[in-house]
Amino acid sequence: MTTTSRADGAATLTTEERLAMYRLLVELRHFEKRAYDLFLQNLVKGTSHLSIGQEAIAAAFGVAMRADDYTFATYRGHAHTLARGVPMTPVLAELLGRDNGLMAGKGGSMHLTSVEHGMMGSYAIIGAHLPIACGAAWSAQYRDSGQVAVCFFGDGTTNIGAFHEALNFAAVWKLPVVFVCENNLYMEYTPIGDVTAVPRPAADRASSYGLEPIVVDGNDPDAVHAVAATALARARAGEGPSLVEALTYRHGGHSRADPGKYRPDEEVAAWLARDPVPMYRQRLVTDGVEEHVLDDIDDAVHAAVDLATEEAKAGGTPGEGLLMTDVWADGGSSWRN
Amino acid sequence: MTLTYREAIARGIAQEMRRDENVVFLGEDVAAAGGVFKGTVGLLEEFGPRRVRDTPISEQAILGAAMGAAMTGLRPIAEIMFSDFFAVCWDIVANEIAKTRYMTNGQISLPLVIRSGNGGGLRFGAQHSQSVENWAMAVPGIKVVVPSNPRDVVGLMSAAVRDPDPVVLLEEKGLYATKQDVPDGEIVDELGKATVLREGDDATLVALGSMVPKTVAAAEELAAVGLECTVVDVRSLVPLDTATLLREISRTGRLFTVEANPRLCGWGAELVSVVADEIFTDLDGPLVRITTPHIPLPAADALEDLALPSVERIVDTVHKSMTT
Ligand SMILES: Cc1ncc(C[n+]2csc(CCOP(=O)(O)OP(=O)(O)O)c2C)c(N)n1
Repeated sequence: MTTTSRADGAATLTTEERLAMYRLLVELRHFEKRAYDLFLQNLVKGTSHLSIGQEAIAAAFGVAMRADDYTFATYRGHAHTLARGVPMTPVLAELLGRDNGLMAGKGGSMHLTSVEHGMMGSYAIIGAHLPIACGAAWSAQYRDSGQVAVCFFGDGTTNIGAFHEALNFAAVWKLPVVFVCENNLYMEYTPIGDVTAVPRPAADRASSYGLEPIVVDGNDPDAVHAVAATALARARAGEGPSLVEALTYRHGGHSRADPGKYRPDEEVAAWLARDPVPMYRQRLVTDGVEEHVLDDIDDAVHAAVDLATEEAKAGGTPGEGLLMTDVWADGGSSWRN
Repeated sequence: MTLTYREAIARGIAQEMRRDENVVFLGEDVAAAGGVFKGTVGLLEEFGPRRVRDTPISEQAILGAAMGAAMTGLRPIAEIMFSDFFAVCWDIVANEIAKTRYMTNGQISLPLVIRSGNGGGLRFGAQHSQSVENWAMAVPGIKVVVPSNPRDVVGLMSAAVRDPDPVVLLEEKGLYATKQDVPDGEIVDELGKATVLREGDDATLVALGSMVPKTVAAAEELAAVGLECTVVDVRSLVPLDTATLLREISRTGRLFTVEANPRLCGWGAELVSVVADEIFTDLDGPLVRITTPHIPLPAADALEDLALPSVERIVDTVHKSMTT
């Protein structure tokens, strides 16, 4: 099993890249905290799934990916969307159901999509997007574009048929796709170990599809970046797919309705002590980055989240005219003439 | 040139692949083997393995790949061998392909075709004989076409491939061996057009797919006993050509649907509802649906023949209804 330690990860990175990852970590964290506040104010309706605690994976891939690569995410996709450079205002406005939302309110928190940023959708049916990512990778291969599709999903997803179909398919067609399992130890409420025949739900299955098992510390941006860079380069070189299992933890429950009480206190405490945001900040300081540089980033992000909040709240209610549009390419919804 | 329905499939696909380099084709046993129904013979030879691709038995992966490719610039045609197998990839059809344009507020277009062998008549039993057009018709966001003859296979295939939206093209297994003279050259149809195959003033018989030839035969028999019927081939369920259908039904005042699908929630029920809603006062008698009973299709000749509408059953039903 390949595991990447911090040392080989950091070695390949420039300070700019590491600061970009730090900035993303802070942005993803602060954005989601704000989303939670807005939920408590009853401004965010329905449900939404936060990835507080898991930000290092999205941030590292965000920095490692090429601007025209494709991202496929799940309903827990705020971080992956923002990490592609999608502005915060339309994402927040989408959570608020406003007409300035990313999909003008037709998608919601679970379906964030911004084709312009390579964010090819957030899929709320477990495992559905793995085969779809294969298709985008196939198209990149067909067009010889050098693009890679990166597909994020959870540990629970490894037990669904589509996971296995997609891996075999990607392997036999040698597709430029990187599958990234964010193993946060739980499905919704059930520990993944209770319902999975192998200890590493993704990596232990990799060899079934002729792939190398890769496990990485998902709370360490440097380490994830190293794994990402290798997998992306491999895909671009025509060497086929990779499956990465990144070990991480969500600080909260599965969705906002869930306080996450099923988790042992010691386990939560141990993972909170390994919170990627302060950990990475500390490491950057140890490696010689001056505190005020990081403070400036923090301040800028906080101001940007405040601004995005105001702009999102200022959005209007989606108009009735939107209801019937975009069922079909002609703009309409009519099934009869 | 005389073509069988199965040969028309390859002809239609080849027509579109020649025209557009972005049209690619994938499915199980479709390349070297030429398809289990021999519908894709010659495509690998002409277009090569880059564009005509065999897949594993992975229906979710096949349609997922088609979807991902469609959203990133290709125009894939994917085969699901038997339409019954839509059940194992229904998520990709109904939740992903069908909803994506709407959920993304128009950011993503999915110009793709899913073609599949549909329906009974070949004694294959309940898991290889279903007519699933109604599953597909009920999901907003996918178009559904069902050709009833070789010429229409080519014309509707071209329309489906050129359409910017996802289209499910159901090929009627019971018709694969039927033949017809098909004009040479490009044939391009428009989606959402029904065809009036026969005109008569007494009643309008509306049929789809494998029921079309039977309905035409029934109309000939009815003519021999003095009942002149219009026969309309629906061809496209979504979009539905209600203009043609309502005009013909209104003209004769009588409607009979002829459906190879189980009775509950069949497309004919939808048509009946539209008719009742919009041209009720033009009607001269009951709206009658001729369907299979609400059963899985049995395998034995004798039983399958009883279940599917036959020429005789169509004739009898129309005759009784018109004369009593
Ligand atoms: C096919 C399907 N089954 C069940 C669900 C309900 N569901 C939503 S999230 C979830 C847990 C997923 O766990 P995991 O894959 O580990 O992802 P995570 O939420 O941890 O990111 C379940 C069961 C679903 N959305 N789709």
